[in-house]
Amino acid sequence: MTTATPSTYIGARTPRKEDPRLIRGSGVFTDDVTLPGMVYVSLVRSPHAHARIRRIDAAAARKEPGVVTVVTGKDAEATGVLPVFITVPGMNGSKHMPLASDRARYAGDAIAAVVADTHKAAKRAADMVTIDYEPLPVVVDATKALEPGAPILHEELGTNLVFTYPVKGGDIDKAFRDAEATVKLHIVNQRLIPNAMEPRSVVAKFEAGELTVWSSTQIPHFVQLILSVNLGLSQNKVRVIAPEVGGGFGSKLQVYAEELLIAHLAKTLGRPVKWTEDRREAYLATIHGRDLVEDVEVAAKRDGTILGVRIRTVANVGAYLQAFAPGIPTILHAFIIPGAYRIPAFDCEVRGAYTNTTPVDAYRGAGRPEATFAIERAMDRLADEIGMDPAELRRKNFVPPDAFPFTTISGITYDSGDYGPALDRALAMADYKGFEKRRAEAKARGKHRGIGLSSYVEICGLAPSKANSALGVGWGGYESARIRVHPTGAVQVFTGTSPHGQGHETSWAQIAADAIGVSPDDIEVRHGDTFESPGMGVGTFGSRSLAVGGIAVHNAAQKIREKVIQIGAHLLEASPADVVVEGGKVFVKGVPEKAKAFGEISMAAYLASNLPDGMEPGLEATTYYDPPNFTFPFGTHVAEVEVDPETGTIEIIRYSACDDCGRQINPMIVEGQLHGGITQGIGQALYETAVYDANGQLLSGSMMEYHVPTAADVPPFALDHTVTLTKTNPLGVKGIGEAGTIASTPAVVNAVIDALSPLGIKHIDMPLTAEKVWQAIRKAGEARR
Amino acid sequence: MAKITVTVNGTEQVMDIEPSLLLVELLREKLRLTGTHVGCDTSQCGACTVLIDGSAVKSCTVLAVQADGAEITTVEGLAKDGELHPIQRAFSAEHALQCGFCTPGLMITAIDLLERKGAPTDADIRHAIKGNLCRCTGYHNIVSAIRSAATEMRGATTPMKVGAEVKR
Repeated sequence: MTTATPSTYIGARTPRKEDPRLIRGSGVFTDDVTLPGMVYVSLVRSPHAHARIRRIDAAAARKEPGVVTVVTGKDAEATGVLPVFITVPGMNGSKHMPLASDRARYAGDAIAAVVADTHKAAKRAADMVTIDYEPLPVVVDATKALEPGAPILHEELGTNLVFTYPVKGGDIDKAFRDAEATVKLHIVNQRLIPNAMEPRSVVAKFEAGELTVWSSTQIPHFVQLILSVNLGLSQNKVRVIAPEVGGGFGSKLQVYAEELLIAHLAKTLGRPVKWTEDRREAYLATIHGRDLVEDVEVAAKRDGTILGVRIRTVANVGAYLQAFAPGIPTILHAFIIPGAYRIPAFDCEVRGAYTNTTPVDAYRGAGRPEATFAIERAMDRLADEIGMDPAELRRKNFVPPDAFPFTTISGITYDSGDYGPALDRALAMADYKGFEKRRAEAKARGKHRGIGLSSYVEICGLAPSKANSALGVGWGGYESARIRVHPTGAVQVFTGTSPHGQGHETSWAQIAADAIGVSPDDIEVRHGDTFESPGMGVGTFGSRSLAVGGIAVHNAAQKIREKVIQIGAHLLEASPADVVVEGGKVFVKGVPEKAKAFGEISMAAYLASNLPDGMEPGLEATTYYDPPNFTFPFGTHVAEVEVDPETGTIEIIRYSACDDCGRQINPMIVEGQLHGGITQGIGQALYETAVYDANGQLLSGSMMEYHVPTAADVPPFALDHTVTLTKTNPLGVKGIGEAGTIASTPAVVNAVIDALSPLGIKHIDMPLTAEKVWQAIRKAGEARR
Repeated sequence: MAKITVTVNGTEQVMDIEPSLLLVELLREKLRLTGTHVGCDTSQCGACTVLIDGSAVKSCTVLAVQADGAEITTVEGLAKDGELHPIQRAFSAEHALQCGFCTPGLMITAIDLLERKGAPTDADIRHAIKGNLCRCTGYHNIVSAIRSAATEMRGATTPMKVGAEVKR
């Protein structure tokens, strides 16, 4: 009914409001919270991957100086079980207690908590706890865990099979009958360790019947809900604060054992309690990511037209199901495998398996990187098989722009897309046409040069609540926002999202600023405190925050705008249709000199003596936004690499990407998300892998053995974008948090395989370390002799 | 207990400490300078980097007693009289931080580099900071920020030295 919102701040490279405290070192992370009388927890963790716990003797530990108490599983049953938020059909769930009392199921499973006056005393005493273990047979490989005779982790289930999840469409048998060309790939999408730079930490205090918990979490509201339910506290007496959170990438998207346990200890001891993991502990007890084995088959015509894709996947979920684990290899993986392509027949089956390893859950991209890797490696293999240019093969099979909204063969409906221009721009940036000349030039220098691309579609904007329900997700996918305009005109935005590096304080201020006509500098965005937020927030994960939480802020700001216009029209004696709200002023169109300041309007709202008839006093709005669909960003990334055949080392010479996430709120932040995401994807392609031995010992158990990419390992990134708006939400935004990670892994692997294809090499399992590449080159050389 | 004297961010501190106390523990727990972070236990991540007599050092790998007599600068000591150090301004301007956990260590390492080398190449920068891990930014904007701070510091009329004179 009112004038269109002018877009002033949306789209600007607004400097981040988060930065001043972080560059001064005054941001408070959970481990920085120290309270009077606080005690510290050290956890005794199983050194065995699978063992019966016969006896726990904590007598010696209890006598150590400074020790307050030692708690075992039997003492801590009041914590209740860890929650799992997703139930897929036929799922065999696991019972997961914060402290294992009868059986340890992975090396790192917590068994006892030692509480002492200092962190050092707790650690010292933890070494004094004697546990009598009866080691049991171990299985670490998911495929082996599903074979007859494998050691069973959860005896009450009688099987290690967690679920069998089929997604099918079209006539797959016909596709393979009609095929003129087929390719088969066996893909090991290796296990990764998330490595958020801030280790997890929990601080809890219980005072006057009220529990306050600081936790490095992405989902403070879920933590609050579960603490309240499990510990039997009224929800209004449980406050969870996610202060500065030092990265998450899915690893803090949990209600963890330690959150329940530390809160329980604070409640029972009546003293503040702190636990902070060290990095070695993080490697064992914070969730891992990926770990799928996939067999992919593609049926096609000789001209490159894809007829069908068949895929069989085994997913390793680790020793217990964590909060979102059942949804990662299923919902977020199986449905998106068709990617950017029109595929007439699809047959996917995913089986999940328990193993004696650290639980696996969402890690940046969570299912979508695995899906994209599978289809994008298959596309390159097909291109090789039929002798077609990989870019042309992709273009030929792209969902055409006039087909949107497009329902894929897996049954999801893509909102909008125009894949060709993003591919064209990425190829132009990469000088794809000039590549063969560079390959030849490199060959003259004794190097193998390759180029590889990946075109992706990702699912963001999780999620429409009805879709959640249909898919077995046990909670709504909405997000909340509240905007409070104080009488003086000071504006506070409270969001249910829980940023940990994504810059919501800045982007949400930009969104609200455009709607209510004040500067983002004058808007404070607050988050991560369940006592401040609007009831329930869902949190920050799955590239959902902008397309759901950002829209909630936009909608709340629109309500404020409406009321400001109504009050302004009343005070200016004008029609609401003629009222303009901008630059911190409210005026009648064409008469800016007779403006009311924004603060005069807000003051009038609270003085309440001169408001339009029937209007409520105050200036505050709360919204819950439930999206009508997911959003589907897309793009193409191109990597160019050189391989040194003498050493097997890979250098990424050039990296070009064109992404489309719809409207960008703050391009600076969008680019930052891409840079970080691309680097994490490169990490998977070239460096990172979690390695267990046959006994279930994590061999890559510290940053010395697990290589997180450094500045010297990655190139600068050339980025471009196209803008295809979505109609799913009023801002046309899609999300960008995971695109980089999704796209870069296959682009880099495809480039390396392209470099080595003249040697007859068609596949190397990730990570493509120098040693593996060197071995592959040697083997190829021997084969040709 | 051991008695040590250290100057931290310009303030002399005389302290009785356990000989096993790490410098990072002294900073975080005794002096409550929590801007210096601990991200690992194997000296890989660099989140705990501080300047000791002008050189960037991982404070998780130094006993506090080893710092006896030294001048230490932490992230809290970078701004002078409310004026941000050029590296702090550059990190914000170039969006070189996201979650901000690694940022103090990276800025300190960058200052060490820029004190030694006024006009580093991008390769110099990447080499210098490879002992500081960042999981958010992919380093792209960190390299830009250090390059931009180098330019500003070269053009500065007053020296931007932090802490003590560089001793190498």
